[in-house]
Amino acid sequence: MSDEDDLQQPEPTPKQKKEIAKWFLANAPPGEIHYIAKDIQSIIADEDTYHSAVSEAYPLYNKAHMISLELPNRTGDVLITTFGEIDETEYLDPRTCQVATVNHVKQVCTNVRPATDEELPSSYIEEFRGTLDAELVKYVAETYPKGICSVYCINGKDTEGLGADFEFVVVISAARHSPQNFCNGSWRSIWNVEFKDDLQVVELRGKLQVDAHYFEEGNVQLDASHECKDSTIFQSPEDSALSIINMIRHHENEYMASLEGSYSNLPDTTFKDLRRKLPVTRTLFPWHNTLQFSLTRDITKELGIENGYLAIADGKNAQGNIGEAWILFVDPDDIGEGRQEKLFYRGLD
Amino acid sequence: MEAAMDLMRRISPNHTETALSALLTLLPQHSSDLLSQVDQPLQVLCDVESGKEFILCEYNRDADSYRSPWSNKYHPPLEDGPLPSADLRKLEVEANDIFAIYRDQYYEGGISSVYMWEDGNEGFVACFLIKKDGSQTGHGRRGNLQEGAWDAIHVIEVGVEEEGMAHYCLTSTVMLSLTTSDKSSGTFNLSGSIRRQMNLDLSVADGHLCNMGRMIEEMESKLRNSLDQCSPDYLSVDMATFPSRESSYNTGCNYYDDCEDV
Repeated sequence: MSDEDDLQQPEPTPKQKKEIAKWFLANAPPGEIHYIAKDIQSIIADEDTYHSAVSEAYPLYNKAHMISLELPNRTGDVLITTFGEIDETEYLDPRTCQVATVNHVKQVCTNVRPATDEELPSSYIEEFRGTLDAELVKYVAETYPKGICSVYCINGKDTEGLGADFEFVVVISAARHSPQNFCNGSWRSIWNVEFKDDLQVVELRGKLQVDAHYFEEGNVQLDASHECKDSTIFQSPEDSALSIINMIRHHENEYMASLEGSYSNLPDTTFKDLRRKLPVTRTLFPWHNTLQFSLTRDITKELGIENGYLAIADGKNAQGNIGEAWILFVDPDDIGEGRQEKLFYRGLD
Repeated sequence: MEAAMDLMRRISPNHTETALSALLTLLPQHSSDLLSQVDQPLQVLCDVESGKEFILCEYNRDADSYRSPWSNKYHPPLEDGPLPSADLRKLEVEANDIFAIYRDQYYEGGISSVYMWEDGNEGFVACFLIKKDGSQTGHGRRGNLQEGAWDAIHVIEVGVEEEGMAHYCLTSTVMLSLTTSDKSSGTFNLSGSIRRQMNLDLSVADGHLCNMGRMIEEMESKLRNSLDQCSPDYLSVDMATFPSRESSYNTGCNYYDDCEDV
């Protein structure tokens, strides 16, 4: 789909409709794909095209948002990720060594079976993976109230002992949907953990992603992401797990702090380049006395500071009657070093 | 149409243009409704006579031409394009002058335009528009924003004057998009549009312009406040999702505490 779609064109083809439907579904905010699907269904009014679009878009959305689904036998939750994907509808839960069958469009698990030996890592790898997973569960439980996490082995899962490289992916996904507060939000982190046998190091690459949608009296969306790297030495499964989780904790806490910094800077610093809270004169705009602006123009001309910024601010004294006028000259190249001159003390009215 | 508007309330405001063009393809029969109901970023033209830029909207458009508030002429030229009455044009000229000063004091740059027209019931309607590019390459004085856009649309319906009073109905929309980016904190994008309405009966003794101006100023401050504070306020709700840390920000920051760099 392109922006240059001819606005006058007649009925779109089913193929166009499907592509557009998929685009909307793929761009659904966290937790809102069902609403988008309902809207799309009524707009394209073509059930075949609609079903073909949702069956392609939902799996991509579910994996991109790393949604979690409860296992039917109540043994836990399975994360829908590319790392645990066995085929289109089967996803591995490494913690319980089970494979869940998933209905993407309904976002439910329909079946669960034990994983086969081929689907699981060797016992050497599993010792590293399981120990890391146990530490991860502890960290996530104490930091994310509704966080779901998993550790997948994505490279070298059949390594039998020392002398070969292998790679894990640590995934944390936490979502919160609260329509009653008019907001939905999600946190996702993906950490690639490479165990390099030859260099005896463990390298970490993290990608953290935060999305939020506020929809009280409008549509405001926040989208923030961050990437980071770290490394540690290759140690025993227990020591590796501890130092990896410590690094993850450190980076995620640091990112959280910088996000909070971004938020707290919004009102005073970041927004100021868009609109100030108060005019440069520091008082509300004198709508009741706009005559002064013709005066301002005259003064500007007289003082020869047409390139500068001139404003007159007036204020009332405690009795509320006698006006006091200030002339403010601000050099546009040197904002922040404004020069104030009190020129006269009389009411402008 | 209802479903289309629901989609527009859900899709990220960063994708408004793509989403709108997709909806136009799907619903060609609703194209005029979609174009008038979906808020899009404001466009600008240059008035050839005064050399000043003016903002385009539905309210100064006739066919494919737009009336400039500076020269009162349509661009591209259009014969028989509707013009406000002489009295209303006088108020429009004054409003444009004053609003440009207001805009400069709050926005330190940007473009503004005011349009007025008679409505069917002997009252009139005024539309105040502001467009500000606050990015490093635009009018951002402090260079905080890699990308930053603020578009405000205020439409005020002014009723007929009765016993020295008039009814004012203000509908304001602010569209916002900002991105900050640095190595330590990654990229941070906030985009959105919010809309709010305000109804007041005011004495016309101070003049329409004064009443409309005060309402817009109050509304803009409120909208800015809910946009900039929505994040911390809502985040404290959202925070339950995120690593539970002691929040360091202070949501009770003083609204008028804006004095550090006059």
